[in-house]
Amino acid sequence: MSIGHALLGLLETGPRHGYDLKRAYDEHFGADRPLAYGQVYSTLSRLLRNGLVEESGVEPGGGPERKRYAITDAGVTDVAEWLVTPEKPEIYLQSALYIKVILALMSGRSAGEVLDAQRTAHLRAMRELTVRKQQGDLADQLICDHALFHLEADLRWLELTTARLADLGKQVAS
Amino acid sequence: MSDYLLTGADLHMAFGQTKALDGASMTVGRGEIVAVMGPSGSGKSTLLHCMAGIVAPGSGSIVYDGQELTTMSDKRRSALRRTEFGFVFQFGQLVPELTCLENVALPLRLDGMARAEAERKAKLWLERLEVDGVADKRPGEASGGQGQRVAVARALVTGPKVIFADEPTGALDSLNGEQVMRLLVDTAKETGAAIVLVTHEPRVAAYSDREVVVRDGRTRQVELVQ
Repeated sequence: MSIGHALLGLLETGPRHGYDLKRAYDEHFGADRPLAYGQVYSTLSRLLRNGLVEESGVEPGGGPERKRYAITDAGVTDVAEWLVTPEKPEIYLQSALYIKVILALMSGRSAGEVLDAQRTAHLRAMRELTVRKQQGDLADQLICDHALFHLEADLRWLELTTARLADLGKQVAS
Repeated sequence: MSDYLLTGADLHMAFGQTKALDGASMTVGRGEIVAVMGPSGSGKSTLLHCMAGIVAPGSGSIVYDGQELTTMSDKRRSALRRTEFGFVFQFGQLVPELTCLENVALPLRLDGMARAEAERKAKLWLERLEVDGVADKRPGEASGGQGQRVAVARALVTGPKVIFADEPTGALDSLNGEQVMRLLVDTAKETGAAIVLVTHEPRVAAYSDREVVVRDGRTRQVELVQ
């Protein structure tokens, strides 16, 4: 999961202080694992160093928490590429995909495209496992079956989320 | 001539006010296995029925091996379905009054083949599908998995170029479903038949070479594999 990309995605909706960013991240994605302040500022420093964000003002009082950060054009390009790059189809779908869907909706991009790209990557992985299963011994078949059932569960989630995109979009916009 | 064996282009179809197909298109190559996926009510079964010449679309073109299905006479289209296409559905495709052997021989008998020859061929297919043990039983006496294998044998007995399978494993448990899919795919590969496979199960779709997704009567071609 890329916290840097998630923060960049949140900055696409407008410049924010580090504290605002943490709050927005925790509200949308951090129900179980809120971000530590240290992680926010170290990530922002890295993004700054790589030219993906820039400082857009400092409020009186000084200190890193007073700096406002804005996404740069390079940052927008980076987010756009990340959103359409499918996650590696692993047995358990990472929360990264959920974050991508929400950020795509927030930025007015096609969340359907994000889900479709992932669906294609998942089905390709399932085809490879199916071929391996057909050529393998019983142990191979059982190992492949386990992975196939988990990937299938992910695909069902992708389909259901696709069917719920309109509602999710309204909720994100509200 | 097109590289594709079967092509459906810009298909529209409505049931009353409800659009079942809204500009759907798909292609099937020779020997290719194409999965048609999509949510319930998306139009995937309607697309299969149109591509197989079972129902005529409101508009659009369906070309099989250089012949336009939508302008063909009913008689010619029926003959084409009987000789060039095979069908496997989820339920209710076997005639309950006939034995499994007679069911498999039926398409050959309908095409005029003598009984002994038709049943000899049917027996070979039942053996190939590993269900010759139910040859003399009626479908109601066979298990669900055996019944589906008999249905696959019946779909293959005429040597079709395309097999249309609509949720062929929908009523089976995982193990039986897998056995039916493996036999269907293996025998189709051996005989060079293409398969149009409508399914909502990703594990079944994973046997395909390519996937077409149907949503709201429109198609999205997903990928060509390898």
